[in-house]
Amino acid sequence: MGALSGIKVLDLTQYIAGPYCTKVLSDYGAEVIKIEKPPSGDPARGLAPFKGNQPGLESSGLFLYLNTGKKSITLNLKSVEGRKIFFRLVKDADIVVESYAPGTMETLGINYDSVKALNPNVLMTSISNFGSTGPYKKYKLTDIVMYAMGLTMYGTGMADREPQKLALTLIQHQAGMIAAATTMGAYLGREMHGVSQHLDIALMETQLGSIDRTATQAISYSYAGDFPHTRVTAENAVSIMPMGIYPCADGYVTFVAANPLWWPRFVKMIDMPELSEDPRFQDDDFGFVYNLDYKDEMDALVLGWTTQLTKQEVMEHAQAAGMAGTSINSMEDVYNDPQFSHRGFFVDIEHPVAGLVRYPGTPAQLSESPAEFRRAPLLGEHNHEIYCDVLGYKVEELPLLREQLVI
Amino acid sequence: MTDTLPLSGIRVIDLSIVWAGPYATILLGDLGAEVIRIESLQHPDINTRGNPTPPAGLLGTPRAFMYPDANPYPRPWERGASFAYSGRNKKSVTIDLERQSGKEIFLRLVEKSDVIIENGAAGTMEKLGLTYDVIKESNPGIIMCSMPGYGTNGPYKYFKGYGANVEGVGGHTYLRGYTDMDFSGTSPVFHADPAAGATATFSILAAVNHRRNTGKGQYINLSQAENVIVAIPQAFMDYSMNGTVRERLGNRQQGVIQGCYQCSGEDNWVVLTLSTDDQWKDFCLLIGMPELIAYPRYSSGIARWNNHDEIDGIISEWTKDLDHYDVFHKLQELGIPAGPVIKPQEVFDDPHVVARGFYEAHEHPMIGGPYMYPGPVFDLSETPMRIRKMHPVLGADNEYVYKEVMGYSDAEYDGFVEDQHIGDVYIGMELPEE
Repeated sequence: MGALSGIKVLDLTQYIAGPYCTKVLSDYGAEVIKIEKPPSGDPARGLAPFKGNQPGLESSGLFLYLNTGKKSITLNLKSVEGRKIFFRLVKDADIVVESYAPGTMETLGINYDSVKALNPNVLMTSISNFGSTGPYKKYKLTDIVMYAMGLTMYGTGMADREPQKLALTLIQHQAGMIAAATTMGAYLGREMHGVSQHLDIALMETQLGSIDRTATQAISYSYAGDFPHTRVTAENAVSIMPMGIYPCADGYVTFVAANPLWWPRFVKMIDMPELSEDPRFQDDDFGFVYNLDYKDEMDALVLGWTTQLTKQEVMEHAQAAGMAGTSINSMEDVYNDPQFSHRGFFVDIEHPVAGLVRYPGTPAQLSESPAEFRRAPLLGEHNHEIYCDVLGYKVEELPLLREQLVI
Repeated sequence: MTDTLPLSGIRVIDLSIVWAGPYATILLGDLGAEVIRIESLQHPDINTRGNPTPPAGLLGTPRAFMYPDANPYPRPWERGASFAYSGRNKKSVTIDLERQSGKEIFLRLVEKSDVIIENGAAGTMEKLGLTYDVIKESNPGIIMCSMPGYGTNGPYKYFKGYGANVEGVGGHTYLRGYTDMDFSGTSPVFHADPAAGATATFSILAAVNHRRNTGKGQYINLSQAENVIVAIPQAFMDYSMNGTVRERLGNRQQGVIQGCYQCSGEDNWVVLTLSTDDQWKDFCLLIGMPELIAYPRYSSGIARWNNHDEIDGIISEWTKDLDHYDVFHKLQELGIPAGPVIKPQEVFDDPHVVARGFYEAHEHPMIGGPYMYPGPVFDLSETPMRIRKMHPVLGADNEYVYKEVMGYSDAEYDGFVEDQHIGDVYIGMELPEE
């Protein structure tokens, strides 16, 4: 029995953040009915990569991953009949999740008030770029815009060059997971205290509130006021040395030294016991590990060691010494890494069009109610089940609904 | 509207440190759970509250600005910006878990709690003798979440990993940074921390739901490195389906024009994405170069992608004398995704951020103020989210937790003070005269 068995979700989301939210609800056992716009459905069906590099509505690896276990129905919410059908489905739902641009739902006559009027117990979660209020509410977003406006980018790059974004669509996945987590919080609030409500998530705020440098730097500015605040860059992003990315024999490795008392571990790692007596590193009660004046010497010590070893060897030796040194893995390395396969992280799922494909599973293993992975639906695959078996349409009525572009 | 927060009635024992675990308990606390941080007078939590004895060389450098008035004293562990964020809506109790008497106190708290979360390196709880198997004896219904870097099993079980580490192992670092140089120009980022915190929160609440349905508690074994992989599925699926190993694209995105361009002033930048022919046309008209719309080298998406460097030059030439916020608004008014690279010194004045009231002004007895702090990352219609309480000072809630929650008598409490389980200053720290 899944952790979320029995919870019914109506999923109006598309692209990445919203579908990732409903994916995890689905993987842990909720029944998710994905409402897709006819004729081509969720635009993520058109996003790369495609199986065999052949674009097609059923072959996007991104879509297949983001929609595991969901049921797909086609439904045109712009048609009067389509909205009637939607509201019939609302009556039996626990949660509605949507990720339209603010205002779109109102234009369709679908909002929390209209949904609640039919089902006072229903919860609704809205995920948008900048939130449903404020001067930027209608502004457009790509991932780089969110990295820039969420304070993340001003902590990247090199001092004399442009700031750098993070890769791919991490922010949308993070926002989707925050939406899933807080939706579950609101759901439990309903179950325990009888309070149903509307949850509003702004992607920009999920970044501004991220617990990395962004939050700390904003607070620091509030504390210190108008001090000469320079960008955190590859050159100065060091709190305790050694920290950063270093080349090794076959690639690159990362070090994070989180504790000023780790100097003996470092000495042990690079096997240079004479450093324990070296006066250069004896000043100020280990204060030197904070002192960037020593950075060149520290880097030379690290490089003298790492460049003799492979990334896997660096990781093993560093960890044996108690240092947080790790490899930088390509996706091929990740795919073949013994840790992930030992944990059974990857899952193989058969799909009628894409075939047998390996997917990332769940990072969180629940001992009593583990996630279960079922393939993503074909577009409209569950029309018959939902329209005929659940709502009572006759099979012969479906062609007409299709002709009228309702489904 | 109601005052009853969604998770009110759920008690969480918080053994988490640094960022990832504390972000989970921020979300749980914001949602109304009672989060009780377990701290120790014997072992300062340097990674969460900061170094209790910052080296003298730090003062006077920009890094000291993480303290109000650039001054960590008299109690540096109460004054750092990081814990001022991660400690909100939480309680603090002190117990020395290394002693048998401390373990007994801890297990008594377990009996009264619903959730335990910890993100120390795997092995931390084993050394304390406080694994899930031991803990569930005191409370079979408990939900325990362990979230070390790589999970609590497998060959990397005991490996250490901070955000920047697990991003490397999970394949993210390889996919970012400048494309014209090696990885030495790639600065560490810690996206993995908040991302893992969100996943832990979701998993815990799924388990709470399962317990409501079945009465059963359970153990959650979360790998922060795997939580990186689930957020870069394009790269994973491309390898899995097609054998393609994705490489870095820097600020670009396949098939469109995208980048980060310098504007007027010091270190000011704007980012933008031009995807469609219509956006390209609107952009050319905006910059007063209509002749570029149909110029063969730029007339289609593929043509523009193939000549991205040239177009970067045109964009930079246009932005270099303009204000980054002006460029942002001009482009967004045309429906083109764009944004300023916002700096900490700008964010409190951003009109959208101000209009939504994202940052909240609060005072704190050890910090003063009011200063500005990030608020909750979600809004609820019936139980509006706010910072109800700033971070707790060390041991702030000892009296409440020992006496009211665990039911110890006044005499027992005094004994724990004498035994140095209970206190509000780390053992061995001398405070200057007030």
